[in-house]
Amino acid sequence: MKFKAFRAAFPYTIPVLLGYVFLGTAFGISLCSKGFPFYLAILMSIIIFAGSMQFVAITVLTGGFSILSTIIMTLSVNARHLFYGLSMLDKFKDMGRKKPYMIFSLTDETYSLLCSLDPPAYINKNWFYFFIALLNQSYWILGTAIGSIAGSLIRFNWAGIDFAMTALFVVIFVDQWERSKNHLPAITGIAVAAICLIIFGPDNFIIFSMIGILIVLTLSRHYLEKRIDK
Amino acid sequence: MIGTKEALILIITMAITTFATRALPFFLFPSGKKTPKIITYLGKVLPYAIIGMLIIYCIKSISLTASPYGLPELIAILFVVLVHKWKHNLLLSIGGGTILYMVLIQAVFL
Repeated sequence: MKFKAFRAAFPYTIPVLLGYVFLGTAFGISLCSKGFPFYLAILMSIIIFAGSMQFVAITVLTGGFSILSTIIMTLSVNARHLFYGLSMLDKFKDMGRKKPYMIFSLTDETYSLLCSLDPPAYINKNWFYFFIALLNQSYWILGTAIGSIAGSLIRFNWAGIDFAMTALFVVIFVDQWERSKNHLPAITGIAVAAICLIIFGPDNFIIFSMIGILIVLTLSRHYLEKRIDK
Repeated sequence: MIGTKEALILIITMAITTFATRALPFFLFPSGKKTPKIITYLGKVLPYAIIGMLIIYCIKSISLTASPYGLPELIAILFVVLVHKWKHNLLLSIGGGTILYMVLIQAVFL
């Protein structure tokens, strides 16, 4: 039963395999190029498992020791995960002992696979979903291991490799832009963050940006609610 | 630069906070309870805004008043946007953009 579910799940995860091994490698190299040991990179991919957050973590870790600002930064980057959970309440209902892992491993990519896939009728769907999540995380850890070990062994000027994070967000931004009918939310994000950066400076602007974005989006709810769905 | 022990503490903090954001909906809205409309609305619009904010976060340290005036970032970001609009290939857009940026800061804008 488990093996059948595994075999059914694997093909759907191949695009994620390519993306995660590549991004995981870039993450591993980036973190180690800042002087951190390779095992920290692998540990992060095991216990955090959040692509965007781990890239942001590189900046957080090089910025100095502050637990409070680490929590604030993690909350802002991961705020969207609050809403992923909302659409999985039903799907994870009968997951039993697998449920905590399913919640832990809910990344953007796993979320989009779980949203769009319906396993064939003869497959146990809970195991199918579980293997999707587990395979995705194993690709991410594999990429991180490759990158962090290569990054510490190979002598090469890696300066600029962390641009992979910027590129990742730009790619997501373009994809989202093309998928949405109204661009006010996307523009709000850029504009409010840019204004807050100018006013509050690079170390403190994120929390103000989050508050500003929430205010603008809440105020424009009446206008946006009719226009956002495509 | 912080030590490995401090890094470990921050990493565990991030792990716990990340799990908390993913788990919160399951505590707030156990099966059967209706989700407030404002939450559903924010769930739809917030991801767009957050990604925009994160792009600004990525380039927060560049200086527009001192050489190279953020030009490497601007050029590489434009490259990513155009190549991604053209091919929609994640590896090409991110890999190409990153290599271009590395060349720009290591060999062009010195």
